[in-house]
Amino acid sequence: MSDEIVGEKASPTSGMPEPEKAKAAEDRGERALREIVSGDIGVSVLAFVLALLIGGLLIAFTNPDVTAAAHYFFAKPMDTLTAAWNAVWDAYAAMFRGAVYNGQADTFQKAIRPLTETMTVATPLIIAALGVAVGFRAGLFNIGAQGQIILGATVGGYIGFTYSLPAGVHLLLALLGGVLGGAIWAGIAGVLKARTGAHEVIVTIMLNYVALYLLAYLLTTDKFTRAGSNQPTSPGVKETAQLPLLLGDWSRLHAGFIVAILASIFVWWLMTRSVLGFRFRAVGSNPHASRTAGIGIPTTIVLVMLVSGALAGLAGGVHILGTEHQLTGGIAGSLGFDAITVALLGRSRPLGIFFAGLLYGGLNVGGRVMEAATGTPIDIVLVIQALVVLFIAAPPLVRAIFRLPTPRTAVAKGAAA
Amino acid sequence: MTALDTQAPAATPARTEPLTRRSWKAPIAFGVLGLAALVLFGLLGKSGEDTTFVISTDNDWVQIGPVSVPSKATAILLGVLMLLLAAYAAWRAWNRQPLGRWVGALFGVLWVLSFLAWAVAGKSMSLVGLLQGSLILAVPLAFGAMGGLLNERAGVVNIAIEGQLLTGAFGAAVVASVTHSVYAGLIAAPVAGLVIGSLLALFTVKYRVNQIIVGVVLNVFAVGLTSFLFSSVLKPNAATLNSPPRMPVIDIPVLSGIPIIGPVLFRQTLLVYLLYVAVVVITIALFRTRWGLRVRAVGEHPLAADTVGIDVQATRWRNVLLGSMVAGLGGAFFTIGSVGAFSQEMTAGKGYIALAAMILGRWTPVGALAAALLFGFSDKLQQVLGVLQTPVPNQFMLMLPYLVTIVAVAGLVGRVRGPAAAGEPYVKE
Repeated sequence: MSDEIVGEKASPTSGMPEPEKAKAAEDRGERALREIVSGDIGVSVLAFVLALLIGGLLIAFTNPDVTAAAHYFFAKPMDTLTAAWNAVWDAYAAMFRGAVYNGQADTFQKAIRPLTETMTVATPLIIAALGVAVGFRAGLFNIGAQGQIILGATVGGYIGFTYSLPAGVHLLLALLGGVLGGAIWAGIAGVLKARTGAHEVIVTIMLNYVALYLLAYLLTTDKFTRAGSNQPTSPGVKETAQLPLLLGDWSRLHAGFIVAILASIFVWWLMTRSVLGFRFRAVGSNPHASRTAGIGIPTTIVLVMLVSGALAGLAGGVHILGTEHQLTGGIAGSLGFDAITVALLGRSRPLGIFFAGLLYGGLNVGGRVMEAATGTPIDIVLVIQALVVLFIAAPPLVRAIFRLPTPRTAVAKGAAA
Repeated sequence: MTALDTQAPAATPARTEPLTRRSWKAPIAFGVLGLAALVLFGLLGKSGEDTTFVISTDNDWVQIGPVSVPSKATAILLGVLMLLLAAYAAWRAWNRQPLGRWVGALFGVLWVLSFLAWAVAGKSMSLVGLLQGSLILAVPLAFGAMGGLLNERAGVVNIAIEGQLLTGAFGAAVVASVTHSVYAGLIAAPVAGLVIGSLLALFTVKYRVNQIIVGVVLNVFAVGLTSFLFSSVLKPNAATLNSPPRMPVIDIPVLSGIPIIGPVLFRQTLLVYLLYVAVVVITIALFRTRWGLRVRAVGEHPLAADTVGIDVQATRWRNVLLGSMVAGLGGAFFTIGSVGAFSQEMTAGKGYIALAAMILGRWTPVGALAAALLFGFSDKLQQVLGVLQTPVPNQFMLMLPYLVTIVAVAGLVGRVRGPAAAGEPYVKE
């Protein structure tokens, strides 16, 4: 399905000179498919560079030093350019320091801590994006990862801070609760789509808000708040239900990262090696043919949404049991929407999503350090993330900007195969 | 066909209407809701308390005193009326007759009134204020929904309404601050919406990227861009760049003096009057002009439209840009139309409610306005009841628009069907 989502409609012919268009139009379908299969890494890298460039321009134009130097631009133009370069370099260097490796730290642990932080933040992103991707490949737009994460965190957290159970069992039950919460929430959209044809995009968007207010309401009730407190914050998750730390006290990295790796492998197996995954992909690429072949479309839709929501719910569970340890109204942050962009960036493939999740996690973590160190608002990260996805979705635009030739090899390979 | 004819029961030979299945949806829904209202608001309500509705403002021609009614008796009376309506619906259903739309609307009004009688028991509430506030809160939703339907009628799904509202709000605040003129801000808002609109058109129409994806990503982009500019530019220069004047309330002479209707409809800001104009103009343009026919053709069947010589891509470009301007204008509400200064993510999901209003209004401007008013009403009601400390948790009131939309798209209140080709890029063969 992802080929339809990112590639096929982003037809590679639009950026070409006119005469080539007609020739290329015939094998557009094949070529789009080819492009996804061969995973156009070059365009992805260029898209990222382009997004960083535009982000850099925004940083430069809004930097006070640059605007100050620009007042005497015609007298000393180099001052402005130097100031701009410094502003952008400082911001991106701080981002790197905050996300990957801090060269200014005195011990190795401190130097490498940003990377572990990136992995921690990436964990729920990866798992939720896998869920979104399962939907994409089956032709369903699950925009409701946000709501499913909220439900997953709510149910998982509730089990985590309410019951007292032996260590391993408690954690497993809480995670399972998260999975169920997310699956049920997405299942509502699946059942409505299967039975009445209600568009899943609309229903899942609406369910996001219902989940948000449901959580806000729950946090006003006695069962979800600390005894004797009016704060909309739940009690802490008991230690028996917490995901254990992987590296010791100096890093927040927890076993959820292993869950994310396992989930990636599971989704790879599900989508490429299992009968169910075949059914999902068949419905995604051609529902009519699938129906003719005897695949029950309504059942498949419900199943896809259940799997998709289960993964998003797991992400919510992992987030609260591993990182947050308590339920708050904003527990999901913008995880659900980030997950959509991560799924797109990873082209709905588990390995791609894994790295895309790390990239996004790094941008988010690094953005915080950048804001603290240079005063550049973290919101620039959102701009960069959005631009990366837009550029990746439209390879012809990237090629046109960098004046790259349209790859002919892909066509040859496509014809040969 | 002959097989069907012979199978038709002979019991209704004289009837000329086509024989349809009896639909029990409406009577059952009315019955359940009516009974719930009767029991919850009426029979279980506290007795001996009065509900007071204030229905006059100081500037009306005719002063009507506040109306006080006994809460419990009123709720019971209204509950009985609702059950009578349910019975009427059942009678119509039994006779296989369609139910007029007025029945549903009347039922809705009765239900809300009985809810109010119960929720405001022992207190007083300004009915005019409630309606006035509903209309104001409906403004961005209605503009957003019309921006959305202008897109979708031409076959482009606009999930980016949220982003267009947000950039519109931002543009209006900045330009109005710099020029000290709300009217300059009012012009800047659609231009700011155009930023998102042109990106939407570029990626969906030219590069044929999936429309839903572009919409979702553009919303992220709009949040990122406006928040970034807010923190880096507006915050340090709040006095010069982010302290816009607010739109004055303009009384329309004579009309604004009519009791109830006057203050609600004709004592509003220019933005509200622009909304009236926009609804009328877009309705006529879409359904009574050649241009509208062509747009709808492109949205329903682009190949057929192309065959008769309509430029599909150009139509879509134009409509996406136009729609984003309408939605951007609605964004002006958030800053110069209400609080003044811009703040981060201040649209807070209103764009998605606008999307819902568009669907609930079945892709027509009048319907979109009605749906926006409904959502505006539930929003205002939630605010008012929050102040009055009523028994309903306000989170559930906040959920209401979203739940109503889910029910609507699930087809429980009649099928909704959008333009057939919305969401599909057109590739000229």
